[in-house]
Order: sequence, then C-alpha cells, then structure tokens
Amino acid sequence: MAQYEAGGVVADHDEEGYLTDITQWTRELGGVIAKAENINMTPEHWEVVDFLREYYEEYQIAPAIRILVKEMKKKFGPEKGDQKALYELFPYGPAKQACKIAGLPKPTGCI
Amino acid sequence: MERTEQLDHGQAAYEDPLEVPAIACGAMAESKPYVALPQHQEPLGFPGELVENWQEKAILKLGDLVKNNRALRVYLDACVRCGACTDKCHYFMGTGDPKNMPVARQNLMRKVYRRYFTLAGKVTPWLVGAEDLTREVLDEWYSYFHQCSQCRRCSAYCPFGIDTAEISMAAREIMDSIGMGQKYSNEIIAKVHKVGNNLGLPPKALKNTLEGLEEEIEEETGVPVKLPLDKEGAELLLVTPSADFFASPHMEGLIGYAKVLHESGISWTFSSHASEAGNFGMFIGSYENMQTISKRVAKAARDLKVKRLMFGECGHAWRVAYNFLNTIAGPFDFLDPRYPVPQHICEFTYDLIQKGKLRLDKSKNDHIRLTFHDSCNVARASRMGDTPGGQFEIPRAILRASCNHYYDMDPATIREGTVCCGGGGGLLTDELMDLRVKGAAPRMKALKEVAGEHGVTHMAAICAICKAQFSKVLPKYGFDMESIVSVHQMVSNAIVLTGSTQEEEWNKKAGQAPQGQGAQV
Repeated sequence: MAQYEAGGVVADHDEEGYLTDITQWTRELGGVIAKAENINMTPEHWEVVDFLREYYEEYQIAPAIRILVKEMKKKFGPEKGDQKALYELFPYGPAKQACKIAGLPKPTGCI
Repeated sequence: MERTEQLDHGQAAYEDPLEVPAIACGAMAESKPYVALPQHQEPLGFPGELVENWQEKAILKLGDLVKNNRALRVYLDACVRCGACTDKCHYFMGTGDPKNMPVARQNLMRKVYRRYFTLAGKVTPWLVGAEDLTREVLDEWYSYFHQCSQCRRCSAYCPFGIDTAEISMAAREIMDSIGMGQKYSNEIIAKVHKVGNNLGLPPKALKNTLEGLEEEIEEETGVPVKLPLDKEGAELLLVTPSADFFASPHMEGLIGYAKVLHESGISWTFSSHASEAGNFGMFIGSYENMQTISKRVAKAARDLKVKRLMFGECGHAWRVAYNFLNTIAGPFDFLDPRYPVPQHICEFTYDLIQKGKLRLDKSKNDHIRLTFHDSCNVARASRMGDTPGGQFEIPRAILRASCNHYYDMDPATIREGTVCCGGGGGLLTDELMDLRVKGAAPRMKALKEVAGEHGVTHMAAICAICKAQFSKVLPKYGFDMESIVSVHQMVSNAIVLTGSTQEEEWNKKAGQAPQGQGAQV
C-alpha cells in the first residue's frame, strides 16, 4: 500500500490518496498530501482545511459546499466567498481534494 | 460528417450531437473502476475478495439468473444482430470503442451464456460464438459492464426491446457474488445500511445543515420556512437524494422544495432514518440490497405516521420508487389513497401551478436562458402525472412557468431519446473521469447548439447524478460549472412567498402593470 511520510509519521493511503487511518493526520502530513496534489498551500488553503477538520470533529462528516462557502465569505469577504473561489484553491473540488489534504474520508454519493 | 464549416447564410454550424465516431478498437479496454475491498463487500453479503472457485460460482449464478429472470433469458436469446443499437450508446459515440456498442456489451455475457446453457454452445461453441468464462473474459466484463450507465437508450431503439441495462445489472450481480465488486457503488450501499444515506451524513449533521438553510431562507425572504426533520405526525414525508444536503446545485433545488411545500401549507418532514432517495442496489442488480434500502423508506413512513410519500429530484430513485417500491417494500395501504404512492416533487409543484396556488416571478430568472436535460431513468423508466409523457411535460411546464427564456435541445437528444449525462448507473466516480467526459459528448454538443442558436446559458436537470456529473464535465467543454441548475432552483428563484419581502415588490409590479398582466401564474 502506498504511503505518505512527514516528520517521522508514515501513513498508508488508499488508491485515491485518502488516508487509511484518519487519526494519523498531522499538519506536516497535510502539507505532504497537498504537494502530491500539486497544491501550494497558502494561509487561505489552511483556513479551509482547518474549518473542514473543525466541522468534521463536531459532525463526523465534511460540511456541505454551501456551508463552506458561507464560512469562507465570513473569513475572506464576499469577493472570495463563492464556489468558484473554492475551486481556484482546490481545482479538483473543495469537497474531495480539500478533504484529502485535511486527512478526512472521501465524501461519497452523487456529488 | 464534419459540420464545423460556416453555412452559406452565415450561421455557425454545429457538430451533430449523435455523430457516429471513427472506430477506435480497444480504446477503452483499460478503463475500469476500483475493485471493492472486503470492508465494502461484506456488509452487502458478498465475499470480500475473488473466491478461488470463481468460475464455477459465476456460471452457477448466471444459471440461477437466467432461470429466475425470464426477461434476462429472452434478452440473451433474442438478439438477431440487426445493428439498430450499434450507434445509440453515448459511450460508443464518445469513445469510438466498438466494445461500447450495446450489442457488443450484451455479447460479453451472451457468449458465456451460450457456452454453458445452450446445446449448440456446449457442442459446437466455435459455430455459435460461444466462449468459456476465462479470466480474460471476466476482466473484460469488469471493464465494459462498468462502461454502461444503464440509461436504456439502446433498448428504446432495439426492435425486440433488449435491455442492456438488465444485462449489465446481472453481470455486476454475478461479479459481486464471486467477490469482484465495484468500490464506488458498494461502499455507498454499505453507508446507507449503516447511516441511512449515500453520503454517510449522520443525523446531527443533517439537522445542522437543515437549520442553516432555514436561517438562509429567512434572511433572503423574511419568511420562516422550515425544513423539519423526524417530525412525527406530519402529513407528508419527503425523501430526497443526500446530495441535496451537500452539493451544489442540488442544495439550491432543496431550498426550492422547502419553499414550495411551505407555500402550499402542508405539514411535512424529512426522515433521518430514510435520508436517501437514491438506491444503488439497482445499479449492482442486487434485489436484496435494493429491497433493504427501500424498506428504510417504508419504515420511516410508518414510524413518522405520515399520510403521503414524496420523492425529490433523483433519477434512478424515481425509477425504483415508481416501479418497484410497492412490490419490494409495500404494502403502503396506511397512506392516503387519494394521492399517488409515491409522488414526485415535480408533480406536487406542477399541481399547485395548475391550480394557480403558486406565484412565480419569471423576471427573477431573466439572467438565465434555459434548456432541460431529460434524465434517463425518469425519461425511459418511469412516468409522472396521469397522462403519457408526463415525465417530459411536467418538468418543462414548471420551468416555463419559472422563467421567460426556455429552449429545447435537438429533438433526437431529448425526451425518450435523451442522451445520458455520462455519469449514471454507478459510474460517477473520479477514476472513471475520462469515460465520463467522453460519454457526455453527445449532450455537450447538443447544448453547444442551443447555446449558439438561442443564447442558452443554463441547463436544468432533475437528477442528483446528472447535476454532479455536469458540474464536473461542463468546464471540459468550455461551459461554466454553475451552468447546471436544479429544476426547483429555478422555482426557488422565482417563487413569491406569502409575507415575503419579494411579495411587496410583486404587488407593486402588479399594481403598475397594465390590466390582465402582473399577478398571473
């Protein structure tokens, strides 16, 4: 099974790059996953990742896109708080790609 | 035929959406979804991995299926190779791979069926195109039965009505039974059994999401529209795809349902136990899984003591609900017999419009020039309303009542001839993106045509899969990802709720309008 490695932590991931054991996640590991996704993490990227993790902690699932957009609007202002801005940060989709970097399970279903 | 040149009268010409492609043998042979792991297989009652005696078991299973499913046997026996289906599949049109011709897909199973279950195939297999079920054949099954979205377009053109979807469902069922399932579908079904929906959305998160939407709607309209959850004794239970609680433009449609239900005055509720309309049990041909999922809906309806059952915008859910729900999860004799069991949200909204009970300000959608994509399972496997073709007319009537600019696409690509979005039937997974993009080609060409000729900017759909698929593939064809909208998103934009801030504006407009205009529906 393929692995990520950062700061002495070695973590397995599945064929799509999602952590097999989500409790292994660290910020360094998040950075390594982002690199594998060709994403250069900026403070804005981290804001999204941190919010996803916070929400997951509370609800055991990633937030709906609309909830994420609303939160980003609060944090970055209306011009950066829309779905498009999120796709600019995470071109492969804020739900799936940002979840991967945040070490959360992949959201499944008709999405 | 190339049709990209300029026509004489100066109009741009468009590619034929249904153009027959150049043949590209084996072009998609490498396309296959991830194989399910034991943790995805076992909760569904399937072996965790490929069993040792898989060949023997697969043949036995095929024998069972053709014995118990007469339709399947007829489909395998009846083909006369007339060729009518060959150019009807969107995956063939998009990939050029002749193995994506429906007859070729059917033959993957037919040749094995002939080998083991027909006299000629047993004695002289080389004369009748019969073949052993080898590992190579199995791998080919896995690849090409996961390049069928079970949209049934080919069956609409087959003179015998041979349904490739049934054959691909049977093939997936056989593969599941020997431990070679597909990760995407089976992981999702396991989540429904455990949590109640495809997404794995727990009740607490669902509640939070719905409350957030209530706040938003009140901010927008000034009206306290509710999205109740598990409200016992409500008149109506609404079951909708869980994507409506998560993705865009799905959620914008969900807001539309809530506004319509509020305005109608009916008391209604969602259920956390049946928080999924979709039923992937159908995609994998598993009667047992389809039934287990459907029974959640029946249980929720009983437990919440509702009198009516309604489904949101989800294509295959509506097929299962419309065709099978009563048989596999009924009887629903505890529901009010004056209403269809189940009812579609579009039927409900249409009925209100017909009775003049909804006020729709079409000008709110004036920034949109709209077309409608008929979703395959709604178009070819179900109906709406009480007249033939209602599944085509009702959504269009709702859209026409909600906006001023509506245009249909090429008639050969809509209604019963609709081309699939390219992501249906359990193929809406990232590792199949190449297939999905190519399979969307006919629809995208038809959309380009109306965009060019009528300035169409948006396309509406009534299926969660279609919406998710289009938001991913539209950008690959030069469209904005947000140009796919929900049918009830259009209603949501236009609806004038009683007591809303929009109502004041509406009344003002009505007051200024010349007589006979204004407050019309």
